[in-house]
Amino acid sequence: MTRVMGAGWLTLFYKELLRFWKVAFQTIAAPVLTALLYLLIFSHVLEDRVTVFGGQVRYTAFLIPGLVMMSVLQNAFANSSSSLIQSKITGNLIFMLLPPLSPLDLYAAYVLGAMVRGLVVGAGVFAVTVMFVPSLLALPHPFWALAFAFLGSGILGTLGLIAGIWADKFDQLAGFQNFIIVPLTFLSGVFYSIHSLPPFWQALSHWNPFFYMIDGFRFGFFGQSDVPPAASLALVAGCAAALSALALALLARGWKLRY
Amino acid sequence: MPPAVEFVEVSRRFGSVQALSGVSLTVDEGEFFGLLGPNGAGKTTLISIAAGLTRADAGTARIKGHDVVRDYRAARRALGVVPQELVFDPFFSVRETLRIQSGYFGIRDNDAWIDEILHHLDLAGKADANMRSLSGGMKRRVLVGQALVHKPPVIVLDEPTAGVDVELRQSLWAFVRKLNQDGHTIILTTHYLEEAEALCGRIAMLKAGRVVALDTKQNLLSRYPGITVRLVADRVPAAWRSRVLRDEGGAHFVGLERYEDLEALLAALRDEGVTIRELALLEADLEDVFLKIMGGDLRQTTAEAA
Repeated sequence: MTRVMGAGWLTLFYKELLRFWKVAFQTIAAPVLTALLYLLIFSHVLEDRVTVFGGQVRYTAFLIPGLVMMSVLQNAFANSSSSLIQSKITGNLIFMLLPPLSPLDLYAAYVLGAMVRGLVVGAGVFAVTVMFVPSLLALPHPFWALAFAFLGSGILGTLGLIAGIWADKFDQLAGFQNFIIVPLTFLSGVFYSIHSLPPFWQALSHWNPFFYMIDGFRFGFFGQSDVPPAASLALVAGCAAALSALALALLARGWKLRY
Repeated sequence: MPPAVEFVEVSRRFGSVQALSGVSLTVDEGEFFGLLGPNGAGKTTLISIAAGLTRADAGTARIKGHDVVRDYRAARRALGVVPQELVFDPFFSVRETLRIQSGYFGIRDNDAWIDEILHHLDLAGKADANMRSLSGGMKRRVLVGQALVHKPPVIVLDEPTAGVDVELRQSLWAFVRKLNQDGHTIILTTHYLEEAEALCGRIAMLKAGRVVALDTKQNLLSRYPGITVRLVADRVPAAWRSRVLRDEGGAHFVGLERYEDLEALLAALRDEGVTIRELALLEADLEDVFLKIMGGDLRQTTAEAA
């Protein structure tokens, strides 16, 4: 028996990984298949009709990084939020509340677990879809792409944590997912470049933080983006910091967890 | 040495319900302490405050001298809680459940102790079974195991035998007694008064969020001396009617102060020509004490709860 002070969060992180790994068919394979279907249908329908980045990039090539990032974001959110709501509803959250885990421990374990799930699914989607456009493998700015993937999955993992803490029932969480997360990802330029939108919708897209995550991620692949990547990175990092501060404050207060 | 558990003027309100009002009590190291009271008396709220699951509005709670809010890490390391609800994580086996719970406390390589726990809780054969496949009684035992992975000096059992069969109850109590003999402080909440009577050295009774009795079991029992006569007969003599404690299942329970009173009762029955069909003398037990302290109106609640 070895006691390592403050190492409890590592076990919670490991448990979070084990939780989705044990049902990998549903948590990894299924979203990869969904993204593949999007690619097959949208590229078939739109390949010759949509021009992106002034015609320098094929639509299918443009779409792939968008789908990868969308999968990263949605699965990161799904992981932390569903883990928490399941624990709350089945009551086994008490196993995490009784040990000496600090707010930071809980935050780190849930968010890192969500990030790994998002990044694993994203890597899976990339592995399957890159076969359609092998030239994407030679991405010119891999570190930009990774930075946005890490920050994006962290933001959505944190949002999932907050939503999971807030929700008391599965349908509240489904509402959060269907009415906030899905519209924000779909309207963020996954499927189109916002320069193709009318001015009003272009302006509105700039209020969607998901737009910057996807636009910045795409910069890593094409060296081109709607917004300078450094500006997107600053904005995304700001969002990550603000949401993390909120999540930590809620955990410290025990809001909806410790009555 | 600081007491095992200490509550100082702890209050907690939920909406319009004052769940606890100024509860103060101290449990010393090595005690087997009982926390009794009807439903809604505040037992679980008090335990939840000690475990950091609920925050007190006022007052403080300490485990082995560690404030449960300010010094929560040390307080929680010293405390093992067996929750009332039968909860489990369906993703894991029994052994995984216990390993993960050890890990939350920062404990690695805990398999020797986990094996010992599994052995004492008669779960060794189920170590690799998924939690979902276990019976209710076995899940309850795993909950006890989870509370013990970090060898806490203080163990709280919140109604651990609710809905548990007699055999398991016996083996569970044997194990908990052994833990107590090994030096662990045990705090038990229960609805089963005979359980508290058999196990606990000192008892606190809670009523509507207040401590209404706090004493050793012996003192509580001797505080309410007297004998109860269980009498099955057509009626009770008129002069004795005021002494009837309760009527239950066709029997009258008549309170006597001394054995000498029995002569007078028998004489009254003979004078009025009442035929005695059954008669038994009952010593005072914790249930009588409990009912007297809680007041007669609570009999219904405790009967339901038991």
